Amino acid sequence: MIDQKEVKYIANLASLKLSEDQVKKFSKQLSDILDYIEKLDELKTDNIRPTSYTVPVKNVLRDDVVKDSLDIKKVLKNAPERSNNQFRVPKIMDEEKK
Amino acid sequence: MDNKYETIIGLEVHVQLDTDSKIFCSCSTEFGREPNTNTCPICLGLPGSLPVLNKKAVDYLLMTGLALNCEIASYSKFDRKNYFYPDLPKAYQISQYDLPLAKNGHINVKTKEGEHRIGITRIHLEEDAGKLIHEGSIDSSSGSLVDYNRTGVPLAEIVSEPDIRTPEQAREYLKHLKKTLEYLKVSDCNMEEGSLRCDANISLRPYGQKEFGTKVELKNMNSFKAIEKALEYEQKRQRKFIESNKDIIQETRTWDENKNITISMRGKEEANDYRYFPEPDLVPIEIDQESESKIKDNLPELPNKRKNRFINKYNIPEYDAEVLTDTRELADFFEDCVLEYNDPKEVSNWVMGEFLRLINEEKMSISDTKINGKLLADMLKLIEKGTISTKIAKTVFAEIFYTGKSPKDIVEEKGLKQISDQDKLEEIVKDIIADNPDVIEDIKNGKDRAIGFLVGQVMKETKGKANPQMVNKMFKEKIKQI
Repeated sequence: MIDQKEVKYIANLASLKLSEDQVKKFSKQLSDILDYIEKLDELKTDNIRPTSYTVPVKNVLRDDVVKDSLDIKKVLKNAPERSNNQFRVPKIMDEEKK
Repeated sequence: MDNKYETIIGLEVHVQLDTDSKIFCSCSTEFGREPNTNTCPICLGLPGSLPVLNKKAVDYLLMTGLALNCEIASYSKFDRKNYFYPDLPKAYQISQYDLPLAKNGHINVKTKEGEHRIGITRIHLEEDAGKLIHEGSIDSSSGSLVDYNRTGVPLAEIVSEPDIRTPEQAREYLKHLKKTLEYLKVSDCNMEEGSLRCDANISLRPYGQKEFGTKVELKNMNSFKAIEKALEYEQKRQRKFIESNKDIIQETRTWDENKNITISMRGKEEANDYRYFPEPDLVPIEIDQESESKIKDNLPELPNKRKNRFINKYNIPEYDAEVLTDTRELADFFEDCVLEYNDPKEVSNWVMGEFLRLINEEKMSISDTKINGKLLADMLKLIEKGTISTKIAKTVFAEIFYTGKSPKDIVEEKGLKQISDQDKLEEIVKDIIADNPDVIEDIKNGKDRAIGFLVGQVMKETKGKANPQMVNKMFKEKIKQI
């Protein structure tokens, strides 16, 4: 069960502003989804290692070799605002998140 | 600092690993380049780009783990740490959560209270974030500028157990850690350029209490001295709070270098919830016994081991061995010289004396100097043969230090050869005796030490080139005859 408080908490983490109606709506939807997923609990998984990866591939590594970076014009091409070859972003209030 | 409260400190150190390219892409890691010129679709987090892990970053982390007595994971993986901040273009950092590459290590530190073992909880690999520069002052600024050159530089995060009990132990732990990383040559550990950064957790509790007190996280300390001072300040602040029954708030505080105080960076409004999950764009890492052994066998001799070998093999005092093994370069210099001139204590005296004096005076690193172990050995041979006096040798040493010329050439060019010519010296000795009748009188009356003054006069006359032993002998003989 995902209650309204939890929906607000998750929305906050995702930097989403939700109306009270949306909170109610998503609380029900998210709960329904989780209930559905919970069906998987019926399976016996006692002797199965948690699966993080589904393909049997490991140790894909590259050698430490420098190659050309992207041209600075291309780097900044999609930046809504820029200054001195840097991306300009709105003032950051939440300093301590770093 | 006090017998009522026990201090509990844990340190979290981030070290940039000294690879040429970034951890997940082929961009250069070079410091100080024009903003955003070391970036590509991968480290900019553009849609559709895929990371590929740098082998050297993994090797360096494993070396670090093994050097710090860690267990190496046979199975490890990467995870996404999710948070919003503009220094992370993807809105998540690729890090390691539950399966770090190395864990359960330790460092032994020595302080005036004795030896103390500090556990290392874990060492994991992650990507560094970009750099933000605020326009104007923090309050009035309208925006921030982001440089992503640093984004994707490989970092090792080394987390200690809360085993540290004093700020001094914290400093010693960091010194040992830095020395080890420098010996391994996996990081340049330059705190000014940010390649070594340290955060600290600190709390107090009454002795005998099992539960930890409320902890405070300290940030922005950019030297070992600052870390020690910030911890000392925080120790006092928390103690005052406890004694006046005020609650300590769990928060992050920043060290103000100018005011020498810690300042609150606002309490954490919500618990950090990074919603880690396995990074689907990278495959897991498996390290078998064979590759682990290979890395272990290739580790260089580490500081403590080298120090003990120096004491035993070269029969030098522990203090000398400690100083000489402070950096790998200095220890190499010493050993190169001893190889050519087999009087370790004499070599040690010159290395710890003139060499380090000049290095410190000029604020140079060893690689900046022109001298090497072989050149110093050549100079010591000249002293032994009596070609130059010990006093003149200091002049010769400085010349080698700055120019890298051979000591023999320097002695020739500058005419620094010791005067051991009996007739020449005798002439000067006679003059000095004639000029100092009072002193001669004193000596005749039993003040033997005044001979030193006369020898000094000869040295002055010859600009330090006279052979002092010969001169001393001459005076004794001559004065006896008077």
